Amino acid sequence: MRMKRIYVDEKWCLGCHLCEYNCAFSNSAETDMVKALKDVPINPRIRIEEAGNIHFAVSCRHCEEPLCMKGCIMGALSVEDGVIMIDQEKCVGCCTCILMCPYGAIMPSDTGVMQKCELCINNAGGKPACVEGCPNRAIVFEER
Amino acid sequence: MRYVIIGNSAAAVGCIEGIRQHDKENELLLIAEEPYHTYSRPAISYLLAGETTKERMKYRADGFYRKMGCTTLLGKTAAGIDAAKKRVLLEDGEAVAYEKLLIATGSRPFIPNIEGLNSVEKKYTFMSLQDAEALDSALKADSRVLIMGAGLIGLKCAEGIAHKVRQIDVVDLADRILPSILEPEAAALVQRHIEREGIRFHLSDGVTSFDRNTAVLSSEKKLSFDVLVIAVGVRPNVEIAEKAGIEVKKGIVTDASCQTSRQDIYAAGDCTESHDITTDTDRPLALLPNAYMQGECAGVNMAGGSKSYDKAMPMNAIGFFGLHMITAGSYAGERFVHREGESYKLLVRRDGVLKGFVLIGDVARAGIYTALIRERTPLESIDYELIKQKPQLMAFSRTERMKKLGGAEK
Repeated sequence: MRMKRIYVDEKWCLGCHLCEYNCAFSNSAETDMVKALKDVPINPRIRIEEAGNIHFAVSCRHCEEPLCMKGCIMGALSVEDGVIMIDQEKCVGCCTCILMCPYGAIMPSDTGVMQKCELCINNAGGKPACVEGCPNRAIVFEER
Repeated sequence: MRYVIIGNSAAAVGCIEGIRQHDKENELLLIAEEPYHTYSRPAISYLLAGETTKERMKYRADGFYRKMGCTTLLGKTAAGIDAAKKRVLLEDGEAVAYEKLLIATGSRPFIPNIEGLNSVEKKYTFMSLQDAEALDSALKADSRVLIMGAGLIGLKCAEGIAHKVRQIDVVDLADRILPSILEPEAAALVQRHIEREGIRFHLSDGVTSFDRNTAVLSSEKKLSFDVLVIAVGVRPNVEIAEKAGIEVKKGIVTDASCQTSRQDIYAAGDCTESHDITTDTDRPLALLPNAYMQGECAGVNMAGGSKSYDKAMPMNAIGFFGLHMITAGSYAGERFVHREGESYKLLVRRDGVLKGFVLIGDVARAGIYTALIRERTPLESIDYELIKQKPQLMAFSRTERMKKLGGAEK
């Protein structure tokens, strides 16, 4: 299915980790970034990998063959209009999706059930906060 | 009926969703013995632990069958298949015609033939919602529970009921717990963790006889108990296929399209054999993710699409009392082991590819390892030293990373 996805180009990534902070803020219930992030260990759904001068962000690819969804023992993962969503009320934190995801893009939330990038579609901004806040356009949201 | 499915668990749901990717029109009928809306079988231990509810453990939302245009016959047993006339015969004497059929009859607990088992009043298995509810109603705060089998089912049961009972003893013939997924060192680590919860193990030992509330073990130990749980393994439900003349070995035999030896009859899930790519052998891989993927593959092919189920392997994500573990593949080959506190990592390479892994404790991003096995990625094409440190995409080449993350053409 053709849809807008998040794409990352490591050539432009500065390794500034702003995407991680914007993700954590966007997915918090707070409206004040300082309250959301100050002195709080963040647990974002996008994560920077870095080694030497290579940096890049990894988040859910919203695969056309979503192995996480196929493997989920609870039926907590589903695809809605191409976006892979998790129902945290159903998730029991068994980690089968972690076993299945080839990108390592799904991880426990602070409560132990799983969390993943849902393209901020249910968040206040409505657009992926990692993309909006990336200072060097290393993360883009487009149809390819 | 264009499509008929026997069964109502992961493989059946995968089949419905696979069919509807390609055919939104034609009639679809599901026949299942259990009278319930589709539910997650592995959820039953979480149900007893109070971590889910009957509502939340529904494997698909209410309205699923309607949305999928699927008629259901729940609480009806398929007694036979007339492959020549392409009909499923129900126990109540009715018959349902099909053009394409899926057998997704699952598996059932194996009950060993042990002297005196009939004298045990409260004995249960642990596979279905009905099993779980029956067991739950037998448990009291002062119950002593004896679980036969230290495998995945027996230990998930132990975890689910630990807070409800006085004492749990687990007996297994194997020399270690979780023998199907863990080797001795890793098993010992997990065993110590579970023992801290007060659960007692009797390994390399088996029940030789029962006398009502007493089990006599081969070590001559005697164990008193109030409730017995039998979790020594499962057997595929192949009888309906066998009677229809379909080829059955350790499970129903299927090809890569999930079709059986009979044209237009497909099979998926615990009742079938899978081809394990990490050992190159055929055997049942009774695991929910495999069941779903087989069912989906069957459904796509039944509806005229094209899909192969050809990357199967054993794989498990499981946890006990807060200690998580993820395992996949097979463990014969060149080994890399790393231990740190309660964390343990094993990577196994053979013939230039990753064949298996075990992660205990820190399981973050384990799927990157699973994908290396599934895709048979040549380890010389990646930085294996980085992979040994932790699962990371940094281990792949820049070009490969651009394909994975940057949308470059595959």
